[in-house]
Amino acid sequence: MDQHSAHKAKIAAQFIGAIPFSKALGMELTEIGEGRAVIVMPWDARIVGDPRSGVVHGGAVTALMDTCSGAAVMAHPEGASATATIDLRIDYMRAARTGHRITAEAICHHVTRSVAFVRAQATDEDAGAGPVATATGVFTFERDTRVPRKTASADTDGGTASGPEGTP
Amino acid sequence: MSRRSPPEPVKVVKERRDQALERLVGAVPYVQLLGISFQRNGDELTAVLKFGDHLIGNPILPALHGGAIASFLEVAALTELSWTWLWDEMEAGRLSKEDEELPPLPKTIDFTVDYLRSGLPRDAYARARVNRAGRRYGSVHVEAWQDHRAKLFASATGHFLMPRDG
Repeated sequence: MDQHSAHKAKIAAQFIGAIPFSKALGMELTEIGEGRAVIVMPWDARIVGDPRSGVVHGGAVTALMDTCSGAAVMAHPEGASATATIDLRIDYMRAARTGHRITAEAICHHVTRSVAFVRAQATDEDAGAGPVATATGVFTFERDTRVPRKTASADTDGGTASGPEGTP
Repeated sequence: MSRRSPPEPVKVVKERRDQALERLVGAVPYVQLLGISFQRNGDELTAVLKFGDHLIGNPILPALHGGAIASFLEVAALTELSWTWLWDEMEAGRLSKEDEELPPLPKTIDFTVDYLRSGLPRDAYARARVNRAGRRYGSVHVEAWQDHRAKLFASATGHFLMPRDG
């Protein structure tokens, strides 16, 4: 990740860390890089949707996906560091296991002059059982006018991402 | 000529319906965390999201979190579907007893949210409409507004898996 992208990631990390609703749900940003973000949400009795089974409410998973998708957009090297959700679709594959933390990974795979497209996936600690949910989102996008436009979309190579602590 | 049985006292009808509604949403921790309650007029439900600072997603604007809005809409849609699904059971008086388990409720298959304008830092309201409730699948549309009923700030459509009989 170059210096510009690292700076972008740092700003996005600071913004995500200051969101009251994300904090209320215990979300923690663990990775952020060029158009990519990973956020973890631990199991908590307060986010349960079915008190009999202790399964986390689908809405909390949606909130996690929305936050993670927004973070991926904000970390896009060509964008200004602000975005809003236009459309978000969630498909729920299965209930998350009770007591498991849920991890969301979002990739901003394409941007135009004013729109960002995102794919996201949520998994619990039972990786063999497949994703808990997947999402596709469309977000507002404002170009950072200081950055020359690239023809390629976001670098989705996870290997270049680093956490907020790793950025200069 | 057959004689019509006398109508139930209004107090009995209201208590039964309010109790059933409370059982449907009162025990769900996430609904309580968000601060969602329901107003009932006959069978018509209005979901109310009471504003709280913890619902903010953009502290600079400030605006409600997209995830909080989506959650509010999903709770409103799921409650409306369950409410419609359980209406006959409730009216037969089978849901009001405290010791009885609630029957299994529908599960969300997918949910698509349209964010029409940013959510202001104040109360929000939502009403859902069950477009179809079949034996296996249900489809629900939900609309949310703040100050003006006709000026929606979000809407959503979701599909739900209906609980199996028995």
